[in-house]
Amino acid sequence: MYPFDYHRPASVKDAATQANDDALFLAGGQTLIPTLKQRLRQAATLIDLGAIPELRGIVLNGKTLTIGAMTSHAEVAASPDVRNAIPALADLAGKIGDPQVRNCGTLGGSIANNDPAADYPAALVALGATVHTNTRSLKAEDFFTGMFETALGVGELVVKVDFPLAKRAAFAKFRNPASRYAIAAVFVAETDAGVRVAVIGAGPGVFRVPEMESALAKTFSAAALSGIAVSADGLNEDMHATADYRAHLIGVMAARAVASLT
Amino acid sequence: MTKVSITVNGTAQAADLDPRTLLVDFLRDHLRLTGTHVGCDTSQCGACTVHLDGRAVKACTLLAAQVDGKAVTTIEGIAKDGVLHPMQAAFREHHGLQCGFCTPGMVMTAIAMAKDSAGEPLTEAKIREELEGNLCRCTGYQNIVRAIAAGAAAMKAG
Repeated sequence: MYPFDYHRPASVKDAATQANDDALFLAGGQTLIPTLKQRLRQAATLIDLGAIPELRGIVLNGKTLTIGAMTSHAEVAASPDVRNAIPALADLAGKIGDPQVRNCGTLGGSIANNDPAADYPAALVALGATVHTNTRSLKAEDFFTGMFETALGVGELVVKVDFPLAKRAAFAKFRNPASRYAIAAVFVAETDAGVRVAVIGAGPGVFRVPEMESALAKTFSAAALSGIAVSADGLNEDMHATADYRAHLIGVMAARAVASLT
Repeated sequence: MTKVSITVNGTAQAADLDPRTLLVDFLRDHLRLTGTHVGCDTSQCGACTVHLDGRAVKACTLLAAQVDGKAVTTIEGIAKDGVLHPMQAAFREHHGLQCGFCTPGMVMTAIAMAKDSAGEPLTEAKIREELEGNLCRCTGYQNIVRAIAAGAAAMKAG
């Protein structure tokens, strides 16, 4: 690691005040610390968000489930409120990384990093979640702007995420057998806003599949998805999987997610 | 430099550290608790697993500064009065190791797993799933899984 100054503020306000162009927020650190260790990133200042109580917690209020940015994946996976309100979200959180990583990694850290293979962005987009930062509220689709890119500006941090409850939702992930990251994964959700299908792992960032959404809106069954081909244009291609294979997997994972709900 | 106060195996420890100091380096180099191993140093192998406020974490992927004010338990802190922890005893009894390098991390993960699964049965499949963050290159896992099942049962009985 290159040298950095370390701050551990006790409030969101202090964290934002300490931020600048050459500072990074540290959430659970499960991506950032390995990245710093490999000297792939550096910062003059590291602002640890771990001591800010207002960033933690899970609250179920009517038709909205609110999760604080610094809530760990393990806490989300084990939460009775999440398991009752949106079981697919608990299921997703319980399949991120491994148990040790889930005890440290956080919702806010995951979405702020926006790794193309990160799981949470699929849930946020499919459920139509709202990301609350310290300065504004953003629809999930406006928050995720590209590979490892978000709408967050300097001194802006994720405070919490509001998830509308789903009538039904499921997540299906095809993992790389070695790294265990998603090669392609699909989150299918039916909320008051309709049916949404969101994909991660396959492209440069999370994206929706409108053809599948309209087919499922008419008939919510795996059979309704047969014959819908996802284009391989723009999908990721690497030593693990071709773009064509990923395009094919999107159909398979979407059908599995829907089949688990019908 | 950053001041940290961490309770390690029940003893309060204070130090003034370079903020880059990883928890695993603080344990090994500053406290000389070398039972916690550095294997891959890339968050994958789990040899550095310790308990942070009772939960399994990878000490190579945390800054010591991040755990300021918290309690850490290492492999050195689980035996009581010279008597092995039931999970350690189970690893010995069931030969859950060969070279032993991954064993401290395996035992710490196993204890956390047994505590977390208090309500539900710790099946073989569940043990294998929960071991996803720990790699062993010797045993093929068979005896590790057997040891964890026996150790968890002993903890429940004990």
